[in-house]
Amino acid sequence: MFAPRLPRIGTFEAWRDTARRLTLANVPVHEVDWGIAGEDEALFDAPLPEARGEIKVPAQFAPLARNLIPVRSGEGMALGYALLTRLQKERGLLSREADPNVARARELAKAIRRDIHKMHAFVRFREVDGPTGRRAFAAWFEPDHRIEEEVAEFFANRFGDMDWRIETPEVTITHAGGALRLEARGGVRPAAGDPLEELWTTYYSNIFNPARLKPDAMRAEMPRKYWRNLPETRAIPSLIADARARVTRMQEAGPSMPAPATLRRKEHAMPRASDEEPGLPLDDAAPTLPQLARDASACTRCPLYEPATQVVFGEGPANAPLMVVGEQPGDREDISGRPFVGPAGQLFNEVAAQAGLDREQAYVTNAVKHFKYVQRGKRRIHQKPAASEISACRWWLEQELSSVNPDLVLAMGATALHALTGNGAGILKRRSALEQTRDGRDLFVTVHPSYLLRLPDEDLRESETARFRDDLSRVQELLEERAA
Amino acid sequence: MARMTIQDKLALLSDAAKYDASCASSGTSKRDSRDGKGLGSTTGSGICHAYAPDGRCISLLKILMTNYCIYDCAYCVNRVSSNVPRARFTVDEVVWLTTEFYRRNYIEGLFLSSGILKSSDYTMEQMVLIAETLRAQGFRGYIHLKTIPDASAELIERAGLAADRLSINIELPTDASVKAYAPEKDPVQIRGAMGKVRLTGEDYAETSYKGRKRGKFAPAGQSTQMIVGADDANDATVLGNASKLYGAYGLKRVYYSAFSPIPDASAVLPLVDPPLMREHRLYQADWLLRYYDFGLDEIVTRNGDGMLDLDVDPKMAWALANRDRFPVDVNRAEKAMLLRVPGFGTKIVDRILAARRNGAVGLEDIRRMGGRVKAARPFIVTKDHRPGHLLDADGLRARFVKPKQMELF
Repeated sequence: MFAPRLPRIGTFEAWRDTARRLTLANVPVHEVDWGIAGEDEALFDAPLPEARGEIKVPAQFAPLARNLIPVRSGEGMALGYALLTRLQKERGLLSREADPNVARARELAKAIRRDIHKMHAFVRFREVDGPTGRRAFAAWFEPDHRIEEEVAEFFANRFGDMDWRIETPEVTITHAGGALRLEARGGVRPAAGDPLEELWTTYYSNIFNPARLKPDAMRAEMPRKYWRNLPETRAIPSLIADARARVTRMQEAGPSMPAPATLRRKEHAMPRASDEEPGLPLDDAAPTLPQLARDASACTRCPLYEPATQVVFGEGPANAPLMVVGEQPGDREDISGRPFVGPAGQLFNEVAAQAGLDREQAYVTNAVKHFKYVQRGKRRIHQKPAASEISACRWWLEQELSSVNPDLVLAMGATALHALTGNGAGILKRRSALEQTRDGRDLFVTVHPSYLLRLPDEDLRESETARFRDDLSRVQELLEERAA
Repeated sequence: MARMTIQDKLALLSDAAKYDASCASSGTSKRDSRDGKGLGSTTGSGICHAYAPDGRCISLLKILMTNYCIYDCAYCVNRVSSNVPRARFTVDEVVWLTTEFYRRNYIEGLFLSSGILKSSDYTMEQMVLIAETLRAQGFRGYIHLKTIPDASAELIERAGLAADRLSINIELPTDASVKAYAPEKDPVQIRGAMGKVRLTGEDYAETSYKGRKRGKFAPAGQSTQMIVGADDANDATVLGNASKLYGAYGLKRVYYSAFSPIPDASAVLPLVDPPLMREHRLYQADWLLRYYDFGLDEIVTRNGDGMLDLDVDPKMAWALANRDRFPVDVNRAEKAMLLRVPGFGTKIVDRILAARRNGAVGLEDIRRMGGRVKAARPFIVTKDHRPGHLLDADGLRARFVKPKQMELF
């Protein structure tokens, strides 16, 4: 029989060393009685066997064992050793989630993680006199398990610029001048509190909403055993006792009339943006582009307005010689409210610059002005607009055409071609050529830049991008011819 | 009037902040103060330092900078026409309270909101100053700033650089309700501001041509809150709007806040007890939409009254209504279908998938792995169990409905 007694500080390292030796010596689980030095006397104690060789474990074993060793009953040390010996023959043991040893280990580890988490949460520091210029604090805490070593790092990372001390019934953790130290020396529960506790309790009492009283939910997360070290909990009995009466008083008091002074204040409140706008002219004059954009923002001509966040109207000079028409706004355009700012728009800008086409001189817009998508979880996936949506939105495209009155229109992709000519079929055969729009304007046809982004084959993408660049150069030539 | 002490102000300005549901302090970048030159740390997961008797977690110092407000939102205790006493914190007072509470391990950080004082930009700038002062003094804890929708882009950018999380409340489930109850707020502008936060965050996430990042903009993302029960929007509308918001603005969370009676209430809203169960069911449904691959139409049917079942959770309600999809063989079914079994969470499903590779799983195994066998039993087949007629029994639903508590007569 072996009865290892591990030190209170450095327990995990000592356990690992001992367990390794015992495993190598093939000592069966029932022949080991684990314990902590000074806590319980060992009845039998054979000297530990010498370790020869090495043992291997899956990567997830060490973190699991670290969460087993602190279990106060000692069950965790024994269970950890049982798992370690079994792992030598059953390599896949830890994925056998239904195995009684594995399931129990998960359960114990969860209890330890909870204990650690509650200690992170419920330690309360009080300020004490410090020796140096640094501020000094002290706390008292009673954890369920032997977790002091596991929590020390957390507090050292958090309270780096102050000296502090956390005492438990068995261990003292000190952080002085930036150095962290643990000693197996218990403290005593202090009588004194901290002057800030009154302010903290004020906050605690006022953030509570009496109309939502759920004391069981509170106790589930903050069990009574912690209360005596949490100053704010002294307010709980009266908060609970008064809650119903406070709500009834609010309900019985009913709505109140504002005092005259507050009404006066309200009159001086900020005017709303819409209050300052002059009324729109109601004559037959052709609407300007900003007026069109404003009208379009309330458009409900097709169902796309509902899922989209906003209309994305065209933009550019009011008398631009070139009007570029794309398909529809994408995810990024829908959020920013501006056309051609997403990946396809950026590619267009890039290639246009290479082709000598001045993007700033063009009016850019889309055949459809709302983003059409389907949502998968949190992602919005682009959908091609239907013919009915294209034709509903033509109302706006045609008004843009007559307002800008460009020398040349550039249709990018089948949707734009469909909207402008009534037929979007065969785009790859019709590209790089001039056609006519429904109202007889010159129309140059090319592909949509998103087509280039979607091509999986790199060589094809390169040649197609070159062809797109040639198309844009051709557009620039046509514009120069017309200007001349 | 006698000068207010900091305690008086704290009482007023925390009381006024409690209607914001969020207290999360998770999901931000990891920081610590091990170098001894600052205060605070963030670990990625949040910590609740206390629980109030309403069962809600207290993680942050959640306060208003001021409860003076020039707006008149009917659901809000701080609206201009309410008669509550008013107070305002100075920048130094908030900084002092935050760091002193933090040093005593009372909180994870600050959640600062505010009434609108003078103008949106003025208010936002004061709030940003508080966050910037905290950071300048070496505070490395968590900061959540409520953002004012029509504040300038420059202020929103500064806010995101100092804070871990930004939030802008959508307030009510429909634009019509916002217009009716919050006359000075503009839903289009609120969404515009959310878009600005998303796009600015994406700009900062992109590496420069030198491969360096410009800094961290709101690393814990943005969230919003919707009040339920103040207007007559049904759950289908609420969840539909929420999932649209998740998709469009990449929100980390949409919080649902049951409208609760406020002191000095406005005459246009009901002074009834808050619909807490409805709020709870909305959160459960929200989870199913985001983590369990349920579609909105599966959870709430738009042709009925569009409301979630209050008696059973939404996953159970779906299972009861779709019994033809069951029983599910735990040892064979795909992950997607296991996730639809009542009583199985994502962790349990992962454990089942791992365990069944080593042999068939039984009811006792599921119990050991942490599954809620009582809920799952009628819907599953295991090596030692078949539900038999149980699945089609008329009384199945009744087994999962908690009996109403008897009252003394």
